[in-house]
Formats: sequence, C-alpha cells, structure tokens
Amino acid sequence: MEIAQKVPNVEKRVMVAALLFAAAMLALIAYAAVRLGITVPGCVTEVKPFSKGELIQVAPGRYEAHVVAKTFSFKPSPLKIPKGAVVDFYLTTTDIVHGFYIDGTDVNLMAIPNAVTYGQAHFEKPGKYQVICHEFCGLGHQDMVGTIEVTP
Amino acid sequence: MIQKELRPLILVELLLPLLLTLFGVFHGVLQVLYRAGIIQDVSFLGIGYYQGLTAHGVINAVVLTTFFAVAFGHAVISQYLDRGVAVAGAWLGLVLMVLGTLVAAFPIFTGKANVLYTFYAPMKAHPLFYIGVVLLVVGSWVSFWSWIPGYLRWRKSHPERKTPLAAVGIFATFIVWQICTLPVAYEVIVQLIPWSLGWVPGVNVALSRLLFWFFGHALVYFWLLPAYVMYYTIMPRLAGGKLYSDFYGRLAFMAFIVLSAPLGLHHQFTEPAISSGYKALHTALTFLVAVPSMITAFTLAASLEHGARQNGGTGLFAWWGRLPHFDAQRWLFPYLFLGLVIFILGGVTGLINASYGMAGLVHNTSWIPAHFHLTVGGPVFLAILGMSLYLCAGLGGRSVAWPRLAVAVPYLWTIGTFTFSAGLFYGGLHGVPRRTNLGMSFLDPTSDAFRPDWVIGERVGAVGGCLMGLAVALFFLVLVRSLLGAPSAQASDSFALPDSAAYHDEDPGVVRNFRPWVTAGVVAILISYIPPLWQVVSAGYPLASG
Repeated sequence: MEIAQKVPNVEKRVMVAALLFAAAMLALIAYAAVRLGITVPGCVTEVKPFSKGELIQVAPGRYEAHVVAKTFSFKPSPLKIPKGAVVDFYLTTTDIVHGFYIDGTDVNLMAIPNAVTYGQAHFEKPGKYQVICHEFCGLGHQDMVGTIEVTP
Repeated sequence: MIQKELRPLILVELLLPLLLTLFGVFHGVLQVLYRAGIIQDVSFLGIGYYQGLTAHGVINAVVLTTFFAVAFGHAVISQYLDRGVAVAGAWLGLVLMVLGTLVAAFPIFTGKANVLYTFYAPMKAHPLFYIGVVLLVVGSWVSFWSWIPGYLRWRKSHPERKTPLAAVGIFATFIVWQICTLPVAYEVIVQLIPWSLGWVPGVNVALSRLLFWFFGHALVYFWLLPAYVMYYTIMPRLAGGKLYSDFYGRLAFMAFIVLSAPLGLHHQFTEPAISSGYKALHTALTFLVAVPSMITAFTLAASLEHGARQNGGTGLFAWWGRLPHFDAQRWLFPYLFLGLVIFILGGVTGLINASYGMAGLVHNTSWIPAHFHLTVGGPVFLAILGMSLYLCAGLGGRSVAWPRLAVAVPYLWTIGTFTFSAGLFYGGLHGVPRRTNLGMSFLDPTSDAFRPDWVIGERVGAVGGCLMGLAVALFFLVLVRSLLGAPSAQASDSFALPDSAAYHDEDPGVVRNFRPWVTAGVVAILISYIPPLWQVVSAGYPLASG
C-alpha cells in the first residue's frame, strides 16, 4: 500500500488561509473593543447585592440605577431620566434568573441571584424604552416588561 | 458488515427518538403560531407554551441527537472495526437511555419540569427530570465504552493500517461527549438533584451556569460530528467521486477534540464574576475552532468537485449541475448536500454570536434560535433524518418507498428553515426575545406591550416553521411506508454504509493516535477554565433557593 507522507501544498495554503481569516476577524473584534468601546462587562464582584430598587443622581446628567428583577417585574419602573443622561445600571434579582434588555440600546444583561451585573447606557433620544425580560422565568415571563421614560 | 445481533438495537435507538420527535416538531410548529400571535393563550390542546418549549428542546436537541449518535456509532464501529461493538454493553447502554428518557418524560409531560433543557437553576424541576437526564447520559457513556475493546483489538491486529476515518470521527464525537458531560454531571448530581429533593437549601447559581456552559457549547460539536462523519466518508461516494483529503478529515476530527470545550464562556459574556480577559480568550478559541470547519468546507467542496468531474462536469462552477441533486437512486445525497448549504449561514452567524462585542446586540434575542436552526436544525437534523431512513430501511433489507418524495423532503426543509430563520434574524435585530410566548403580550394588539414592528418577522417565521413541519410530516410518510415494505434477508445481509476512497491519502503520523490530541485538549481546558472557575468560586456567592 503506497501512501504519501507529505501534505500537498494546496492543502497547506488552505490551512494558512483559514488561520489568517480567524486572525483577521479577531483583530476586528479587538479593534471594536479597544478603539470603539464595543465590549462586554467585566468583574463587578465588589458590589453587594441589594433588595431595594432605586435611581440615584450622582452628578448632573449622571445616574446610577439599582434595578431589582423579581417574578414578573422590574423595580423601579418606570424609570424617569432626562435626555442625554448616562446611566450605570446595577442589576440583581431576589428570586430566580431573569434577563434585562433595554430595547434600542446595547444594555443586554442577565440578573443572577445573589450577584450584581453591570451595564451602561447613554440615552440620546427622548421617548419610552421597553425593558424586556428575555430569560425564561415562569408562566408570566412574557408579561415581565419595564419602562424607561426619557424626557426631552 | 453491521453485526446481525445489533440490528434490532439500532432500530430501537433510531425509531424511539424519532417517534418522540414527532411531538417535538409538532410543538415547534405550535411555537411559531404562539409567537406570531395566531394562538393567544397560555396553552393549546392541554400543553403549555413553556412546557412544549421544554419538550421541543429536550426531545429534539438532547434525546434525538444522543440516541442517533449512539445508533450511528454502533453501525460505523461494527462495519469498520470488524464487528467491534461489545453487544452486551450496547444493550445495557440502550436500557439506560430508554429508562432515562421515560423517567424524564414523566415530569415534562405532566408539567412538573418547565425549566427548558438548560435547567435554569434556581428554577426547580421535579427530581425525576434530572435523574432521567443523568440516566440518558450515562447510557450514552456505556454505549461508547462498548466500542473501546473492539477498537483496541482492531489496532492490535492491524498495526500497519490507519484507523478507518469513519471510526476516527465517531470516536472523536464521543471523546468530546465524554469530556464535556463530566462537569454537567457534577452540576446535576451534586448541585441540582439534592436541592430538588430538598436535601440542601439552595444552589450556587453562578457555578451551575459555568458548569452548564462548559457542556453547552461542546454539545453542539457532539451534534455536528456524526454529520461530519457522513460528509467525509459517505457524501463523496454518493457524489460519484472520492474524498479529496483523508488527512484533513482526520485533522478536523482531532482539532474538535482539542477545541470543543475550552470556549463556553462565549455563552456567558455578561456573567458578573468572570473577568473580561477570559471572556476574550474564549472568543479567540471560538474563532480557532472555526478553522477545522473551514478546512472541512474546502475538503468537501473539493470532493464534490472531484465527483462532479467524474460525472462529466466541467467549467469553474458548471460542475455543480453534475451532482446527484435530484437523483431518486441516490436520495440520501441532498440530505447531506443541503445540510452543508444551510451550514454556511449557520457557521457565519455562529461566528457573529461569538464576537464578544456583539453580545449586547444578539444575546437572548430570537437571532440566537434563528442561528441554531441553521446548525442543529440544518446539517445535523437533515443528516439524522437521511441516515435514519437509510439505516431503518436498509438494515431490514427494505428499499426506500417513494424515493422522489424522499428527495423532496430536504429541499422543503431547507426552504422552511431559511424562511423561519430570516424572520427570526430580523426580529432578533429588533429586540424580539427568544423564549417568550409573544402572543400573550408583545404580539397582542390589545396589550400595553404590543410591538407592531415585531409582527412581520414573527409572521415570516411562522410560515417557515409550518414548512419545516410539513417537511417532517412527509418524511414520516416515507419512513412508515418504507418500513411496511417487504424485507429481504439477502439485501439485509449485504447492507452497508457507503464508503468513500481517498483521492489524497497522505499519512502524517501526527493524526494516527488520539492520545496527544486528548492531552492537548485537557491542557487547553485547564488553562481556559481553571481561572474562571476560581473567580466564580472565590466570589463566594450564597446559595440561592429560588
């Protein structure tokens, strides 16, 4: 039985092309993360879980929202903030896992019991934003909707 | 030849999950109707939306895929490794898998396990749900172990030969499975079952999620690799040619052993206790695991071209027309070919999902089920349907009834999946959530939450979902009609899986043994998972009771 020991060149070139493609995509992701700030949240383990939802103004145009998800609502809701505000969202849940997606933004988080998740949004457009629970949480899951009102 | 005493066993392992899949697919069709607002209710015909969603996921993505991988594995190992299946072990595996399925089916169908197949701790299911899943997985392990003595015997008696590629692929499938199911077994046995029985007060949710997603993404390669075995070893023969490169087939399977598990964090980008550095590392590893799929795309396209040119095909692209797309004699070909066509879009959208910064846009939106119905619902499901029909008919020496209808099924399925996914991709980019009974709120015009901008995507999705349901109904017509045909002992004895010769049959020693690749895989897992595990454990989260 005669079997070649060497890999033909055409196959080697395919391997190199596949690796280059993967590297190019990774470079674009790195560029988006570092230069454009399109990234994912890191560790926020220093924030202790809370059970009271509140909106705190920390500076003009800067807010901190402590959001509590609980079957089947978000507190506080509706959240009223002025146009142009930058809001740091800290999210937790007092029962089971929930989702937290602010429609029209890229705040897309998971609420995990006894833990706090973090996201930031900059509200440029006035109007009503739906806050959608996008993680299955029971028979009323489809009714778990909050509201953010951005005033002009 | 496939061992005679294995035939009834393989038939049970194919037909039992297919029967359940009838229900799984039925509820798939119901889901698109609920989501498009055509059914506006918590339940339909006594089955709740979320109950049906659990059954759809557990049956189609876990029960069917696991049973099929075992059944196809038995056929391959028996045929290629000189009757290499230990029959007693194979039966024990079957008994455990059937028992597990029945035990898990009870709480699902009585509505006591509406937790979806991702478990969702601290949402609690009846203990029998978790126990059933454990039995099913252990049964698949036992089935895998029933091949190991035969493999070692074959290696010993054929020191000069390479292990047949199909057997390499099946072993790669189950090595991935064996590795990735260990942490989830820990989650279920140590965390979930004692809590569900009331023996411990709660669950460390962050830890349970880390353990689940270690399994959750490697699982997709467990689904995919049996289809890869068919693409590499069966499809070139059906196309009338040879496998372009035997080495690249082996390399792809070995690469999956190394890279399937150490990338699960791309399902956990917003997890609070894991640093962004490790999330980025898992992103990079996800792009690396795309490499074996890209070389597979090259090898298979080259194999198809070789086959088409043997059939008289010419030109740069015109040879495509010389493939047996509509050949009723080779009805299995479109089940494999169209799966690959679907997988182009499935693979590309998978890379999008893993792209770190894209998580904020697509996570948990309907973009995700649009993607995976082009992977597990595309190449995987079509390969399972085609091969199940091939084996169920062939093992009894029956011919496939209505072969033209059998050819039409994958085309209808492909049109349905593309339509379904187009609707759900569109919806996902507009914020539609993935697992929600939309007809009760967002797609109910009388609700405060009504979203008129979501209607079109869900309607397109519903059309696609109904076409998919129709394709499966036609498939069952062909399957049942074929099984009612006259058996032939002679045809049954000469029945075998088609086997493709290699065009380039190179043999670099590096892909001769599993051991260095398994070792590399374990090292990659330790590097990529020990620090995140430490981060999650040292965060010291209290147990959550739900």
